[in-house]
Amino acid sequence: MIEVKNIHKSFGDAHILKGISTTFEKGKTSLVIGQSGSGKTVFLKCLLGLFAPEEGSIAYNGNIYSELSDDQKRNLRAEMGMVFQGSALFDSMTIQENVMFPLRMFTKQSKSEMEDRADFVLKRVNLDDAHHKMPSEASGGMQKRVAIARAIVNKPKYLFCDEPNSGLDPKTAIVIDNLIQEITDEYNITTVINSHDMNSVMEIGEKIVFLKDGLKAWEGSKETIFKTDNEVVTDFVYSSELFKKVRKMYLDEN
Amino acid sequence: MQYLHNIGAYFLMIAEMFRKPTKWSVMRTLILKDIDDLIIGSLGIVAFISFFVGGVVTIQTALNISNPLIPKYLVGFATRQSVILEFAPTFISIIMAGKVGSFITSSIGTMRVTEQIDALEVMGINSLNYLVFPKFVALTLYPFVISIAMFLGVLGGMVAAVYGGFGTLEDFVAGVQNDFIPFHMVYAFIKTFVFAFILATIPSFYGYYMKGGALEVGKASTTSFVWTSVVIILLNYILTQLLLS
Repeated sequence: MIEVKNIHKSFGDAHILKGISTTFEKGKTSLVIGQSGSGKTVFLKCLLGLFAPEEGSIAYNGNIYSELSDDQKRNLRAEMGMVFQGSALFDSMTIQENVMFPLRMFTKQSKSEMEDRADFVLKRVNLDDAHHKMPSEASGGMQKRVAIARAIVNKPKYLFCDEPNSGLDPKTAIVIDNLIQEITDEYNITTVINSHDMNSVMEIGEKIVFLKDGLKAWEGSKETIFKTDNEVVTDFVYSSELFKKVRKMYLDEN
Repeated sequence: MQYLHNIGAYFLMIAEMFRKPTKWSVMRTLILKDIDDLIIGSLGIVAFISFFVGGVVTIQTALNISNPLIPKYLVGFATRQSVILEFAPTFISIIMAGKVGSFITSSIGTMRVTEQIDALEVMGINSLNYLVFPKFVALTLYPFVISIAMFLGVLGGMVAAVYGGFGTLEDFVAGVQNDFIPFHMVYAFIKTFVFAFILATIPSFYGYYMKGGALEVGKASTTSFVWTSVVIILLNYILTQLLLS
């Protein structure tokens, strides 16, 4: 579980996060949504420890990150998996080497054990025959799946995804969403996804945190987001005619 | 103020580079790869330039000596001194700032732009140690490149002198052997080690701390080349003053 309490983050004069508090529970897929520039990426990077908030705290299973020693922080980070918006695969390594990388860095497994584990997770993300390809030879969807495989190969306790669907066609986007949801359930991990893809919100948003101008404007789930009267949320989520109709149908039925 | 900030950040980067070392089995692979990219991959261009510049130094020296009282072996002597003291350590380092420096800045800069450095940090890896330290270790072999440059520079001079009709082989060899001061080699290799450190770290600094996209990677490479060259030239002056005067 991740508990975020009143975090603030500024860059120069720009006050990006203005006191956000929330909780991300274990075994649930949580989505952080909001417009571009709302502070989602800065928030995620604070969760990852890449940015240090000026105020407030982030606790992982009760351990406040800023109070940990360097070694403890390093050990905690080894328990995190991250899927970057652009996949961030190491372009000098093959797909299999990319997936094996966390194992090489943090375990004492033999090469064959690492290869077996990499093969297993690549199969898990439906990539059976791409082991020896370079990332540049893989499609966007394949790269995202490799990034997910790399993120889960060392059995993380926390999985973070920054816009995992950006640049993907709707069908592949749903495959990626479902894959993340299945992995969260299967490994019982805490998953936090940054997104502004409304399909993801409706499909896998067990918990949804809506950010606006660096503040938490709303918090709920994929069920409650249909019923909310919060104008800030409805303006954003139901900005397209299609989603307005979907919402109307949902409310009529319920 | 920005210059002072950059100087401070550069020294902090160097301190950070030695902290939290990467697992040796991984580091060994990175070092070998960087030796291949930075040292082995530079031998061709260094050999080519050294041989022909050595030849040009010889021809120009020979053409400028018209006084019959000046001994013929002076051509070999001047070539040796020019190549060992200045051309091989400094001139080749400026060329390497363009070749190796741009490669380092653009490769690390591209990793920054594509979030690969963030990916390393998220995994709890000291990205500076992972990326910069192997380059620093690989470039400790840089004196090997400079030794080859020295040899080929003098060889190029000898070929130009003999086959260009500017002197005999005996005169040239006598000049190369004349009044040889071993400390000049020590001076040249001290410079080479210092320049190797500069070649590994300044381009890494500009790649690692760059911000922006693909266009900024190109700009960072250019800035890195300019500052690496400036620092090499300044240190060349300071070291020469300290060691030879």
